[in-house]
Amino acid sequence: MPLQIAVCIKQVPDTETRVRIAPDGKSILETDVNWIPSPYDEFAIEEALRIKEAKGGEVVLVTVGPDRAQSALRTGLAMGADSAVHVKDAALDGADTLVTARALAGAIRTLGTVDLVLCGQQGVGGDNSQVPGLLAEMLDFPQVTVAVKIDVQDGKAVVEREIEGAREVWETSLPAVISAQKGLNEPRYASLKGIMAAKKKPIQVLDAGGVGLDAATLAPRVRVVAMELPPERPAVKMIEGDSGTQAKELVRLLHEEAKVI
Amino acid sequence: MPGILTFAEQRDGKLRRASLEVLSEARRLAGGVGGSVGTAVVGKGSEALAAELGSYGADTVHVFDDPGLVSYATESWARAVAQVIAETSPTVVLFPFSAMGKDLAPRVAAKAGAGLASDCVLLEVKDGRLSARRPMYAGKAYATVEWEGEPQIASLRPNVFALGPPDASRKPTVVKGAVDAAARAKATGTSAAGEGKVELTEAQIIVSGGRGLKGPEHFHLVQGLADALGAAVGASRAVVDAGWVEHQMQVGQTGKTVSPTLYVACGISGAIQHLAGMSSSRYIVAINKDPDAPIFKVADYGILGDVFEVLPKLTEAAKAHQASRG
Repeated sequence: MPLQIAVCIKQVPDTETRVRIAPDGKSILETDVNWIPSPYDEFAIEEALRIKEAKGGEVVLVTVGPDRAQSALRTGLAMGADSAVHVKDAALDGADTLVTARALAGAIRTLGTVDLVLCGQQGVGGDNSQVPGLLAEMLDFPQVTVAVKIDVQDGKAVVEREIEGAREVWETSLPAVISAQKGLNEPRYASLKGIMAAKKKPIQVLDAGGVGLDAATLAPRVRVVAMELPPERPAVKMIEGDSGTQAKELVRLLHEEAKVI
Repeated sequence: MPGILTFAEQRDGKLRRASLEVLSEARRLAGGVGGSVGTAVVGKGSEALAAELGSYGADTVHVFDDPGLVSYATESWARAVAQVIAETSPTVVLFPFSAMGKDLAPRVAAKAGAGLASDCVLLEVKDGRLSARRPMYAGKAYATVEWEGEPQIASLRPNVFALGPPDASRKPTVVKGAVDAAARAKATGTSAAGEGKVELTEAQIIVSGGRGLKGPEHFHLVQGLADALGAAVGASRAVVDAGWVEHQMQVGQTGKTVSPTLYVACGISGAIQHLAGMSSSRYIVAINKDPDAPIFKVADYGILGDVFEVLPKLTEAAKAHQASRG
């Protein structure tokens, strides 16, 4: 049975980015930032493509973000997704996770019947791990988060997910929201042919009204009021001597000075 | 008067330490927030945990002790917590940022239409309102956040908030609740893979290995030191991507962000995404043969040397230390 799959993605700074604080003191400086799709979202895209290749169907990418976010959609389209929806509105600039999830849910509702929604388990940078659960509740879908294995069967999915020190096996009816963890798969690189094809694939742009948001539902409930760099760590104490001496001295310092062993 | 509600995570009738840390923090904040501290605990056998929750600061324990609620399922657990929120209208709701809390809190926040701040490492109350400090970009920056409206929902990073001393003389009021146990997604079993390992985010000591180990066949040197220190084992992204060890062991921006009391980095140069994931550790030891390795910039103690020489000696010294303490 062919599946209609929506994949929610977020454009984020490359993980090698050296973070600097913007003059407003509440955000990071975007100058010289290299923007990429969040790495966990790439696992979600890859999984959607594999399910489509096995079962047939369609993969639609959905994102909320400013103009630059279009390049993340093009990356996913070049990997093989069929089309994309870009929710873009200045009114979403201060969006928190709740508002973002509402916008994504609204965009997914415009797609008609959806069998599966895939997300990264966390947007790298914001590090909230919230959108999959928020979205599932808003769409009234079940959720399985932090998936490392997904087996889609008729009307259901069997999913392995990570918890502390173990893996659980979950079963969910479809439609469902499933969030992808590292280990789920190895995302493919876009081929040159894929990159060329992506330029012609449709990206539908919707504004806040187009996904059903109004002044009340656009109001964030969590606001960043200040951002700062982590405190500097004290200078390193180098331990001298041969390796036997160094080892004994380190153990002594950890016990007597740091008191951690 | 309702003040703070916490979610207490239990599996197989045992409370997770992170839930008690959250409850201890709720107790500390209660004066500023005003009102009492309630805790919701869900699942078969949870009533037996009420006394322990009371000793860590819960005035009221809302138990959903139902034979139908055997293993954790997002939908039924969320229904239970949302029901307590609806009935008691707390000002603040706190979850542990554990695997369960991470899965559950967003679902509850969406039901309540309320703001949720994840992975908080510091909470403060000013004029009755909550503000929180939370790492972003895996700890390359720290944000201070505030809420609009109520409840103000936060999840708290495990291993950061101090566990308050329990007081067995505190007796909580137990309120029994009932909830529809149906869930469309649920656990059907546990896979053997990775079972029984110490979770990195909850470990007090972590010993991590990187490319300096030269190959997976040498990773036992890291394991040996970890065993001698009673530590969990971590790894850099480079060695995870090279397939030496499984990805659950990865520390850094696309792996785990950790804050142990002691982090020992062996043969890890300190790529920016790795430093992001571990630089909030209380003490950091770096062992590396490159004096210019960035890991020395965040380390408290450094050993300039070859991991192949230093690790066996260090393991020996750690064992001798443990033996001397009996």
